[in-house]
Amino acid sequence: MAIPLSYNFRNLRVRKTTTIMTALGIALTVAVLLGILAMVAGLRTSLQATGHPLHLLVMRKNSASELVSQITREAFMNIRLKNGIEKRADGEPMASAEIVTVMSLPRKNDPEGSNVTIRGLSRVGIGLRPGIRLTAGRWLVPGQREVMVGKSVAARFLNCSIGNTLYFGRGEWKIVGIFDAGKTAFSNEIWGELNQVAADFNRSEVLSSVLLRATDLMALQALKNSMADDQRLFLEGKSEVEYYAQQTATAAPVEFLGIFVAVIMAIGSSFAAMNTMYAAVVRRAREIGTLRVLGFSRGSILLSFVIEALLLSLLGGLLGILLILPLNGLESGTYNNITFSETGFDFRVTPLIMTIGLSFATIMGILGGLLPARMAAKQDILNALREL
Amino acid sequence: MDNHTVIETIDLRKEYKRDEFHVIALQKANLLIQQSEFVALMGPSGSGKSTLLYLIAAIDRPSQGRVRVLGQDLQELSDKAIAQWRNENIGFVFQTFNLIPVLTARENVELPLLLTGLSKKQRIEHAQTALKLVGLEDRMSHYPRQLSGGQEQRVAIARAIVTDPALILADEPTGDLDAHSAHEILTILARLNKEQNKTVVMVTHDPHAARFAGKIRYLEKGELLPEGSSPPI
Ligand SMILES: Nc1ncnc2c1ncn2[C@@H]1O[C@H](COP(=O)(O)OP(=O)(O)OP(=O)(O)O)[C@@H](O)[C@H]1O
Ligand SMILES: [Mg+2]
Repeated sequence: MAIPLSYNFRNLRVRKTTTIMTALGIALTVAVLLGILAMVAGLRTSLQATGHPLHLLVMRKNSASELVSQITREAFMNIRLKNGIEKRADGEPMASAEIVTVMSLPRKNDPEGSNVTIRGLSRVGIGLRPGIRLTAGRWLVPGQREVMVGKSVAARFLNCSIGNTLYFGRGEWKIVGIFDAGKTAFSNEIWGELNQVAADFNRSEVLSSVLLRATDLMALQALKNSMADDQRLFLEGKSEVEYYAQQTATAAPVEFLGIFVAVIMAIGSSFAAMNTMYAAVVRRAREIGTLRVLGFSRGSILLSFVIEALLLSLLGGLLGILLILPLNGLESGTYNNITFSETGFDFRVTPLIMTIGLSFATIMGILGGLLPARMAAKQDILNALREL
Repeated sequence: MDNHTVIETIDLRKEYKRDEFHVIALQKANLLIQQSEFVALMGPSGSGKSTLLYLIAAIDRPSQGRVRVLGQDLQELSDKAIAQWRNENIGFVFQTFNLIPVLTARENVELPLLLTGLSKKQRIEHAQTALKLVGLEDRMSHYPRQLSGGQEQRVAIARAIVTDPALILADEPTGDLDAHSAHEILTILARLNKEQNKTVVMVTHDPHAARFAGKIRYLEKGELLPEGSSPPI
């Protein structure tokens, strides 16, 4: 049997100041890593939740986003007559021509502001977003200069409540409603009526994209093929789900930078843990010699000190998780370089993320603990006993 | 060597070499100790007393010569086997007690038993018995810092005997104690020798302490003086 764990716990408690300082270093490192991962997880959830499996988003060929895509009203008239598009109860095809642009708005915590997507769409378009719910105010009335804002926009940007006025295009727009699009990207948008918005930007004939619902998956594929085949139109159809999933690539640089910073910090924390453990080995040299005289092997000394470093780092890992737990569900946003606007998301501190945090702490503990533990185990009994 | 021989050293030599510095800590040491003997090792500082004791306990390896303890040739054992052997056969008592400060008296005594196959319950029982034997049944859950020097050394003795070893080795066990505590410790060692037939080898500077032993062997400048020699001046 090995040297009991209580021996390690109590030694950590005896030198509580160093223990807490070292654990805090590890905690901060874990918190940075987990903060980044929670953000990325939140962003992914937001973008992955967007899109209907039967929806096809039609844009100009090679457009990375709706913002840079152009599609004429004439082409839209052509598209909506194609076969395989689902019909509404009144016989209208479920195809929505939309115009997408961006404007800069001051944020509540950042007066510099950031871009918000403005989408002009028709009733058919709104009908194509199944999870939409009105949370305050009313829906748009045709022919009026009015807009609705997504709940995430209302929450994070200044003057975006009902009754406020926004200035874009040729003038004032009144906010008449707030809608909840769940975790989808639409919660980050401002919506106005298609014709009003298009006229304001002098784009009555050149819109951005067409969203349509196929009757089934086979029809979806057929529609996609027919878009690609029509050389004159120069269009392509993308599954809506895929389009938003691709935007998660936005998170990659943030994720990379975050992990990079966390790894640098982890190296620092490992050295701190190593320092603490070296000091412990030196201070307890005589104890180590005594344990050896009692019959404990070099291996059990090694194990005991590695375990002590692990306990120390796990304590740090738990503290780190406690530090980021308040972030869970917190709303925030990040710049999406595909739509050139902000994508809002909730931080998600998932069990997976916590496990990653603890594993990360464990690695720091092992890295920091191994060399000091080896020194403890290699010590000659007599030299160890002579230490004061 | 017969069944009653506990320690036999043959031409034992230990030297320390580092660069040009060269010390012969022990040489030509031929020691024979029988079962149930209580032997005191005496001699001036630096004469090699501790060195001899460490070689007997297999804490150190000789430069030359052989050590047989309890019928076991120590040079035949690997490092790992020696640790196990020491756990089973030797109880070691230090001048500075060397209790683990974060463990209670009972936990300190229980430590060597962790290397045996005993259950938790048995280990606690054995530790309690050992502590009773040294008169500390009412100090089981005290930490070393809550004990006097004499009490700490009694805990250390309990720890040394808890695995029921045949041989107890003590390096100046009373060196850090006042006269009264020293007397208590020596009485306990003598009792273990008489009542439990433990073989005891004790290094000491103190002639009063040596009187508890049945036999005194003297060392001088690394040499073991013949049995019956008078003390070096
Ligand atoms: N690790 C070592 N390196 C070098 N020399 C050593 C070492 N250990 C002991 N010596 C030397 O060996 C000799 C014998 O030492 P030892 O500790 O056995 O003496 P001792 O009789 O126990 O003395 P004391 O009564 O002071 O404890 C001394 O000269 C000492 O300096
Ligand atoms: Mg000595």
